[in-house]
Amino acid sequence: MHPVLILVTQRVALGLLLLLAVSVVIFVGTEALPGDVASAILGQSATPESLANLREELGLNQSPIARYFTWMGGLLTGDLGVALTNGQDIGQAIAQRMGNTIFLAACAAVISVPLAILLGLLAARYAGRWPDKVISGITLSTISLPEFVAGYFLIYLLTQIIPIFQPVAMIFPGMSFWAKLHAVALPVIVLVLVVLAHMMRMTRAAILNVMQSAYIETAELKGLSPMAVIWRHALPNAVAPIVSVVVINLAYLVVGVVVVEVVFSYNALGKYLVDHVAKRDLPVVQAVGMIFAAVYIGLNILADVVSIVANPRLRHPK
Amino acid sequence: MAEDRAVGSLLEIRNLKIEATAYPPGEPPRHVVLVDDVSVSVQKGRVLGLIGESGAGKSTIGLAAMAFGRGGVRLTGGQILLNGRDIRGADVGTLRALRGREVTYVAQSAAAAFNPAKRLMEQVIETTLLHGVMGRAEAEARAVALFRKLGLPNPETFGSRFPHQVSGGQLQRAMTAMALCPKPELVVFDEPTTALDVTTQIEVLAAIKEAIHDTGVAALYITHDLAVVTQVADDILVLRGGRRVEYGTTDQIINAPREEYTRALVSVRSIDHVEKPQAPSILSVAGVTARYKGTTFDVLKTVTVDLAPGQTLAVVGESGSGKSTLARVITGLLPAAEGRITFAGRPLSPDLASRTKDDLRELQMIYQMADTAMNPRQTVGTIIGRPLEFYFGLKGEAKRAQVQDLLDQIEMGKGYIDRYPAELSGGQKQRVCIARALAAKPKLIICDEVTSALDPLVADGILKLLLTLQAQEGVAYLFITHDLATVRAIADRIAVMYRGAVVRYGSKTDVLTPPFDDYTDLLLSSVPEMKLGWLEGVLAHRKMDSAGN
Amino acid sequence: MKMPLSALLGLIFTGGFFFAAIFADVLAPYPLEMAVGKVWEPPSATYWLGTDTIGRDILSRLIYGGQITIFVATASSLLAFGLGSILGFTAVTQGGLVDQLLSRLVDLMMAIPSLIIALVVLVVLPRTLITLILLMGILDATRVFRLSRAVAMDIAVMDYVEAAKLRGERQGWIIFREILPNALSPLVAELGLRFIFAVLFISTLSFLGLGIQPPLADWGGMVQENKDGLIYGKAAALMPALAIAVLAISVNLVADWVLSRTTSLKGGRGG
Repeated sequence: MHPVLILVTQRVALGLLLLLAVSVVIFVGTEALPGDVASAILGQSATPESLANLREELGLNQSPIARYFTWMGGLLTGDLGVALTNGQDIGQAIAQRMGNTIFLAACAAVISVPLAILLGLLAARYAGRWPDKVISGITLSTISLPEFVAGYFLIYLLTQIIPIFQPVAMIFPGMSFWAKLHAVALPVIVLVLVVLAHMMRMTRAAILNVMQSAYIETAELKGLSPMAVIWRHALPNAVAPIVSVVVINLAYLVVGVVVVEVVFSYNALGKYLVDHVAKRDLPVVQAVGMIFAAVYIGLNILADVVSIVANPRLRHPK
Repeated sequence: MAEDRAVGSLLEIRNLKIEATAYPPGEPPRHVVLVDDVSVSVQKGRVLGLIGESGAGKSTIGLAAMAFGRGGVRLTGGQILLNGRDIRGADVGTLRALRGREVTYVAQSAAAAFNPAKRLMEQVIETTLLHGVMGRAEAEARAVALFRKLGLPNPETFGSRFPHQVSGGQLQRAMTAMALCPKPELVVFDEPTTALDVTTQIEVLAAIKEAIHDTGVAALYITHDLAVVTQVADDILVLRGGRRVEYGTTDQIINAPREEYTRALVSVRSIDHVEKPQAPSILSVAGVTARYKGTTFDVLKTVTVDLAPGQTLAVVGESGSGKSTLARVITGLLPAAEGRITFAGRPLSPDLASRTKDDLRELQMIYQMADTAMNPRQTVGTIIGRPLEFYFGLKGEAKRAQVQDLLDQIEMGKGYIDRYPAELSGGQKQRVCIARALAAKPKLIICDEVTSALDPLVADGILKLLLTLQAQEGVAYLFITHDLATVRAIADRIAVMYRGAVVRYGSKTDVLTPPFDDYTDLLLSSVPEMKLGWLEGVLAHRKMDSAGN
Repeated sequence: MKMPLSALLGLIFTGGFFFAAIFADVLAPYPLEMAVGKVWEPPSATYWLGTDTIGRDILSRLIYGGQITIFVATASSLLAFGLGSILGFTAVTQGGLVDQLLSRLVDLMMAIPSLIIALVVLVVLPRTLITLILLMGILDATRVFRLSRAVAMDIAVMDYVEAAKLRGERQGWIIFREILPNALSPLVAELGLRFIFAVLFISTLSFLGLGIQPPLADWGGMVQENKDGLIYGKAAALMPALAIAVLAISVNLVADWVLSRTTSLKGGRGG
């Protein structure tokens, strides 16, 4: 078997193992913490009867291990159970909202990835000079902003001072694509701002790292034009680090999405999660948390696989 | 002399001045002059050697021949005439047309200078195609011919490999092929053999010399090793601190140097050390075999050596020979799997943790890189004082006085005790490390390549100091090195190591006198000598031997 | 040692915020919970930054809120720092199984975004100050662990550490005299970054309604209380948002400066 295939297989297998471990963490984190889960959920409204009912409903009378396997089995077969608060089927609720989250994240990715690479290239090309300093200064400030702070500044600016957008991002079935785009414009801008800074900084570092290699000097001493140096010698080596930078930051969107959806009352997975944490609705939080974790881990594995496949030493072994 | 050479010169450098701005972090930018008022010329088909220690500006001048400055380096004054036109400050287009076409470059580390993502052939013929010297088929044929001339294995298919798939010596030759492929007029060789083992170096050196000769190209050959440059250069320019010291033919520089600095360079390693007679040993290594944890490969194979008090055992070998592993085994960092080590008449526990404080004190170590061997946050006083405190319980004034005594002994004198390592020169750092070892009043000091990172004149000073200290203190040295000149200078006994085993062992005279075993013969005959025609002599000798077999 | 303007500004602002937090009781013109004016009054001579959603003085709440935000962030970043660096150094000096166990555990925790873990755990945990500090401290300790382990690992392979081992020095000397002095600068810069992270983290949690609970107030919570006013052009929510941004940027500037200085601290007396 080709060494690249072996490494990729190993990496994916490791990822699946990690996912399994994460499911244990999420389960233990919610159910095996000190104290009684049922009374934590019910809080001050607990009566002996309601506690007993809830324990029954959550299966708390079974052993934790049995409960884990029941839960895991449900996850694998797509049966996510029902929400404690309204008895709704969780699988259905997630299916309705998943599309909206993906739409939001995809819009943010489509804008931020090319923009970040472009700015990263620009900053690397003029490293230490004013374009670099301007770009780095702005990104340093946006890195320091939490999503919701950036969100409200933008809401105030673009709905009050320059009223061109709606402060609430409502999309519903039957809306035209363009209407949807207009509706999510503000949250997308916020996400782009937040992801862009990290992505651009890491792209810049990756390119600078390649540009400082001895073989770049060799190319310059061959009389190649700056474009030819970048295109023929820097890029083939910079692609792998840039792709993994991009993918890692897309994983970071997972966190951004949660907060931004709340800021703009955008009816999707992240808001669904936060609402049900507040209501202490255990089954919903476990299921949605698992989905977010899986996406995050999946993207990180993808980043690793890209850098394995792009490595000439592994592709062409001795 | 310079005047008549100017006629018909390919490269003519006049009063070159090169400056740079350094940006030490946290400090204001500093202006430095790297090269000042250097004039030199290279005629068609001749080889000029640029020689000097680190900081002499030799690489900077080499790159200036392509009007190239690394980082913030600026060519600020003088003329660089290539075929009669001044290329200093020429426009970018002119320079691009000239680099990789008229002047090409061979870097010190070919492993880093080749693009890891592209096949060798693509890179070797890149400039030839780019500058339209010839078509692809013709260029590839020329590359294959050059591969063959340079003695590369399977020249027909060599180009289809990636850089990581071939050895360091082969890459260096491939880089030479890359430089020669576009039929340039001048090639700049920047320390092309420095990173190679000595037995590989001679092969690459011979290949380069033959290629230069056959193609009739002119060359700038930059190196710190006078013996190497003697083999390839017609003329030599000696540089120091960015200024010209002496300029003349190779013969004149080697055999009749005019300047004192050149004389010092030529006569370096002139220490006359007479070996001491054999005596009962202080250290005895018997049948030691070692392997790393979790592996089955023996990195040391039944090694047996002895060392008498006050004497020096030199352990010689190339990279991967196991010489540094031997040091790790003796110090207990890598416990031996088999065999015994006896030290000062008592058996030495293989494991560091179970040795007595006296074992530790009497066996000290000095490292190759003095930079990393000293804690940058401790002063010289703390560094040398710690063993005094740790082993002898000295404190306060008594300790300070003793530290000063040691500083006097290593010829550094007053005013250093409160300095930090960063404020010392390379040679001074190594001296402090010697003082730290000496402070423990050891019976044996293991010296691991202690002079390899230093410039020749500085290294010479360190070796002299070590010999003086040995005479004063009666301490024994286990001296690990790859440099045979160093061995000649200080050894009483020699062990030659190859692939984890001692292949030759005995007194200095015995080891260095024929008949040799094959490896020792190869190793000894590969060390460049500061003699015109040495390279040809060795190669002819080797050819005869192989014909005779 | 000359300090760049950006770092100086950062230091002044950071100092100002900490000063206001410590002397909140003296500085705040009105009590935390008292409705003193009308709803969402604009800034005036009486209420410098205006009033909030139920007519409380925003400046006073900002000062008290800063106290809580900075206290929680300081406590959790110190916890993260202590826990992470001690475990990181232990992993390096002990090596072997201890290192493997700790490293794999940290890998596992870092495989999921901290916010997601926090949300999952907060579904059952009581939302008290203590829980929040512990939760954030432990989650963030993973990053400090990685850094301190990497830094210590770099130093532990240095020849001067080997020389100390060969001399027969005890573990304590090697950690405190050989490794720690050289690891300090990057770790101090890291402390600043961890503090920012904690400020952003607690603010986000409070904004989501899962962090500091009323009657206590913090900046994230204040944004949430006043966010509805933005639609009517009332900028009250922007005051705490601005405070979060300025504090984070200021600390970032200082940390950046410390970090850039560490590269020059190869030795010498730069300190």
